[in-house]
Amino acid sequence: MCLAIPMQVKELKTIFGDLADPQIAVVDADGMEKEVRLDLADRIPDIGDYVIVHAGFAIHTLTEEEALTNLQLMREMAASLPPNGEEMP
Amino acid sequence: MKCAREFRDRAITDALLEELFMIVDRPLRIMEVCGTHTVSIFRHGLRSLVPKQLELISGPGCPVCVTPAGHVDAFVQAARKKDVLVATFGDLIRVPGSDGSLAEARSEGATVEVVYSPMDALTLARKYPDKIVFFPAVGFETTAPTIAATILEARRLGIENFCIFAGCKVMPPPLVALMSDPQLNVDGLLCPGHVSAIIGADAYRPLAEKYHLSCAVAGFEPADIAAGLVSLSRQVLEGRAKVENCYTRVVTAAGNSRARELMETVFVREDTLWRGLGLISGSGLGLRKEFEQFDAVNKLQLDLKPVPEPKGCKCGEILQGHLLPPDCPLYGRTCTPMQPIGPCMVSSEGTCAAYYRFSGHK
Ligand code: SF4
Repeated sequence: MCLAIPMQVKELKTIFGDLADPQIAVVDADGMEKEVRLDLADRIPDIGDYVIVHAGFAIHTLTEEEALTNLQLMREMAASLPPNGEEMP
Repeated sequence: MKCAREFRDRAITDALLEELFMIVDRPLRIMEVCGTHTVSIFRHGLRSLVPKQLELISGPGCPVCVTPAGHVDAFVQAARKKDVLVATFGDLIRVPGSDGSLAEARSEGATVEVVYSPMDALTLARKYPDKIVFFPAVGFETTAPTIAATILEARRLGIENFCIFAGCKVMPPPLVALMSDPQLNVDGLLCPGHVSAIIGADAYRPLAEKYHLSCAVAGFEPADIAAGLVSLSRQVLEGRAKVENCYTRVVTAAGNSRARELMETVFVREDTLWRGLGLISGSGLGLRKEFEQFDAVNKLQLDLKPVPEPKGCKCGEILQGHLLPPDCPLYGRTCTPMQPIGPCMVSSEGTCAAYYRFSGHK
């Protein structure tokens, strides 16, 4: 049930008219545009940010930097490996 | 996302797996709690890529699988009522109760539509004002806020022909129940990714402290899971029982308080029945009194009866990590994804279904 791929926000829409915050984000899902609700988003995304979507709702907003930091963390977890073929000191 | 691909990159996954081979030097038992983890582990063949001494067992993290047969019966009852349109997540549709499934009710003439979001169910209610749209709400902390937001929207729009069966559950209580079971003997817990996005990594701290259980929150890509296993193995072998967050791009220590507030606005904690685990106090999410107009049990006069589990089905023991699917005498014989007997074979996140699809065991 959990779709883990972050989707990029292309456009923000307001449905109730006068409210300051947008309630819908148009995201790019594998080349297709899809509307997701922002009712639950921990932070209202900016255009270009990414959201994690569950059952039509954005549940988390993230930036490319945040994803890169995570990647770095995982690299570090594997960093105790000696480089290919070398002996551990 | 440019770097999304890198989370699937073999190079980083392989390095993490190699790391596992360097550190695991005795038998370890790790439970993955989340159905999406189970499926990802099978799909990417991770069980055969990790050290033999690392045993991976599945837990109670498939929402459809832990929905008791009596609740499924109530969904089917609702479907068979005149003027009711059932809007449901696809996973539920073929789950057998004691008197058929939603799919069978549909073939007998009931109106059952698959929706992707609870908000789509609300859209159906506006489209068909002469029907009562019924949404069987099952799911954990990731799904419950989406349903809460939908209920709030229904109230805001004054929609009266919409109701739900409030069957959502919360994750920490069954984990506590499982860990209190001395037979289970789990060394580490791979904590669910998106439930944690809502409840926060800190939510597992009491569990880690009380049961001296190593916990790691992980995402769903192979590298994410490998990182979670490295964290857990290191912790266990060094005698540490902390909560490590390996999914920082989505999960924070405190989680998503906005989603939790919506959930608390609409739902109240209550005792509820889990298939295989029994009654667990404070583990269910019932509708608050202010929202009882949306409660299908009253509105549709559903009769909730305790129902025995399908005969011979071992889902209960599988959900508790005591058995593996091939240990069930029905597995692959009378119970297959085409003709499922228990929920673990129906849901795409069910352990039996994942085993059947991806392992050699047929
Ligand atoms: S194989 Fe079928 S009957 Fe056996 S435990 Fe799994 S779902 Fe139940």
